[in-house]
Amino acid sequence: MYDERFPGLRRRGFLAATTGAAALTLVGCGGGTDDKAGTGGGTPKRGGRLRAAFAGGGASETLDPHLANLFADVARAKALYDKLADYGADLSAQPRLAEKWQSNKTLDRWQVTLREATFHDGKPVTAQDVLHSYRRIADPKQAFRAKASLEPIDLDASRATNARTVEFVLKRPTAEFPNVLAAFGAYIIPEHAGDFDKKPIGSGPFRFVSFTPGRSAVFRRNEDYWDGAPHLDEIEFVVANEESARVNALLAGQVEYAHELNPTTARAHEGRGQIEIVRLRNSAMQAFCMKTDRPPFDDKRVREAFFLIADRGELVAGALSGAGEVGNDLFGKGYEYYAAGLPQREQDLDRARALLKQAGAEKLKVTLDTSAVAAGFTEAASIFRDQAAKAGVTIDVKTGSKDSYWSDILDGGTLCCYRSGAMPIEAHISQRLLTDSTTNATQWRHKDFDALYQQAQSTRDKTERAAVYERMQRRLYTEGGFLIWGFADWILGTSRKVRGVETKAPANTLDWARFDKVWLA
Amino acid sequence: MARRLLLGLVQTIAVVLLVFALTEALPGDAAVALAGDQPDPARIAAIREAMDLDRPAHERLADWAAGLLRGDLGTSLTSGRPVAQYIADGFGPSLLLATLTLALLVPLGFGLGVLAARHEGRLIDRLVSSVTLAVYAVPEFALGVLLVTVFALKLAWLPPTAVGYGTDLVGHPAVLVLPVLVLLSRPVCSLSRLVRAGMVDALASPYAAHARRYGVPGARVHYAHALPNALAPAAQQLARTIDWLLCGVIVVEALFVIPGLGTVLLNAVAERDVPVVQGLAVVFGVLTVVLNLAADVVAYRLTPRAGVAA
Repeated sequence: MYDERFPGLRRRGFLAATTGAAALTLVGCGGGTDDKAGTGGGTPKRGGRLRAAFAGGGASETLDPHLANLFADVARAKALYDKLADYGADLSAQPRLAEKWQSNKTLDRWQVTLREATFHDGKPVTAQDVLHSYRRIADPKQAFRAKASLEPIDLDASRATNARTVEFVLKRPTAEFPNVLAAFGAYIIPEHAGDFDKKPIGSGPFRFVSFTPGRSAVFRRNEDYWDGAPHLDEIEFVVANEESARVNALLAGQVEYAHELNPTTARAHEGRGQIEIVRLRNSAMQAFCMKTDRPPFDDKRVREAFFLIADRGELVAGALSGAGEVGNDLFGKGYEYYAAGLPQREQDLDRARALLKQAGAEKLKVTLDTSAVAAGFTEAASIFRDQAAKAGVTIDVKTGSKDSYWSDILDGGTLCCYRSGAMPIEAHISQRLLTDSTTNATQWRHKDFDALYQQAQSTRDKTERAAVYERMQRRLYTEGGFLIWGFADWILGTSRKVRGVETKAPANTLDWARFDKVWLA
Repeated sequence: MARRLLLGLVQTIAVVLLVFALTEALPGDAAVALAGDQPDPARIAAIREAMDLDRPAHERLADWAAGLLRGDLGTSLTSGRPVAQYIADGFGPSLLLATLTLALLVPLGFGLGVLAARHEGRLIDRLVSSVTLAVYAVPEFALGVLLVTVFALKLAWLPPTAVGYGTDLVGHPAVLVLPVLVLLSRPVCSLSRLVRAGMVDALASPYAAHARRYGVPGARVHYAHALPNALAPAAQQLARTIDWLLCGVIVVEALFVIPGLGTVLLNAVAERDVPVVQGLAVVFGVLTVVLNLAADVVAYRLTPRAGVAA
């Protein structure tokens, strides 16, 4: 009976996925990949089995792509299945199973044409399969992760106009509809899909061979893949939760690809020639989150003072061990529509003190909630406490439970540590910054801001839309609740014979963990 | 013995109840844990309802206990697979590690203990004592990392992890060497020190002196009179060690990527997968009770004097 409910929802999966969504950009084979692809990489070679080690979910793992939560799940789902679209390196939607898409004038009806592709059992991918997949995800009795992303679609009114064309009817104008097609976990399964763990059938680059939850999954090349058959004969995903185990397995040649390494490990092996270290930039946003609806942060002068208290360089160096870049209080550095023109914010304690004085908040005392739930959280909290002390603000760091942290800080407290994986800037706004957003941790609720979002979504012209996004970001930069101090690299390691690993793709974008384009030299 | 058995049963039930109460007392439930950093309240409520977590705790406990009486350990909250399967899958690797460790532990521990006792106060004794004390002081994790660095990464004699081999560890015996060494390190020290102490005491006792006066050969005094004296505490220590091997090898399993019971437990606790945690608690509880029972019987048989004293 539980099988029909939530087989495979996993805590760590969710964490990883969210983090990863934003943070995972596969930066190819470490520093070396880029160079190698250009110089000594040479032409792709066919053959071989690549073993990739990921942190996993243990015995509860499943191959159901709609339950994908962990990085390991996403990597496996990506090998077996396709989405209609996926994110490019700048988090813009790129066509995949969808050959093209076209909207009507009012942006509330979209025609999506499928490319010619077949599932692993030889049956073609049809419009019916797409509708079946989306209806499964949106099933009100289930809690699939992609459900919220598919919310703009009116699935009852949407239909297949022919075998390869779907007409999506939307509940409201949605200029960024292709993002929905690329949503996390929105994979296309055949209408006749059966047991996902025993006989998964997708249209992806690899076919199923074997799977043991929490241990190993082996897939074989799909010769008929629409995007060209993979170079590798086989790919094996293995699970090793300890970072040291992944590194050791990589160093000893037990695996050729190790996901999620520590900055210290990376430093120890970078440029030593034993393994290649790949850094995926701008993968994980790191922030402090101020609740804008309650004292002291309901006063925007206090929020601005806090923006000015942060020494971002010191936070990146200390909390991220230097593996990252400073942030400018805006989400999505380097992504499409990012307001890169705003001046980089620097520490200015005098101005911060003056602002606090104006706001009548001298000798301010605040509790900062943190937890060991994510790397660098507790370090960031104590570094920021020391920085705030210089501006006369007393921060009391409170360490909460790992397991309920995200739910605790959603409405509770006033100031907390926060992070997020990669997602389009539009998705960040709609999930976290609108009046009816489900995870609005800064309690940012402004009717005029909502209106701007609706305006952007009903603007057909991309340049005009970008201008609206810039206005929204300018507002967040001046008086928002997210003090975004940095963006962490996502680090992975590969053996020296692995070629073709994309180095520019943030975690959870198309080219991250994409093994059909990788080969063994 | 019947009273001892009954006590064991009560102990097992108490463990299970305690585990249930403690899991309930943890902040957040499985739904919150599952929702992770997407804590949409509506979604958490939906998950909670689908998992039956909205029912009162005592009802859930009663249902689960009823299943247990029928031999049904329940179903995992997170995957929907039977808990019995989790335990069956994890048992193999843990049992293999425990058996191998024990097979080496007994001769090594007793050998070193006897060796030290026979040379009490001399160089060999001091050497054995200081080495065992030093090794005992090193935490498993540190020792594991050290051994991996030297023997797997620097010398490349042995594989550093069992990654990808799954449960087929027997087919790759080389992967077992380092984990067994780490598991062996501390029990060998405690066991050999116990054996040494027991033997030294016995050799100094009046009855050993008496036996010598009667002209009983030294070896016979050592092995037939003094050694059994050390056996009783050693047997009890062994029972505790087996317990620890089966239940507490989490560090070793994590370090060497061996998918045993420790790994299952760790994941289940992190996910608040209460049925799996409870199932493991029952298994561990029963195991502990049975092992200690056996050890008590052995101790009783070995030292009839203990029976008199009691």
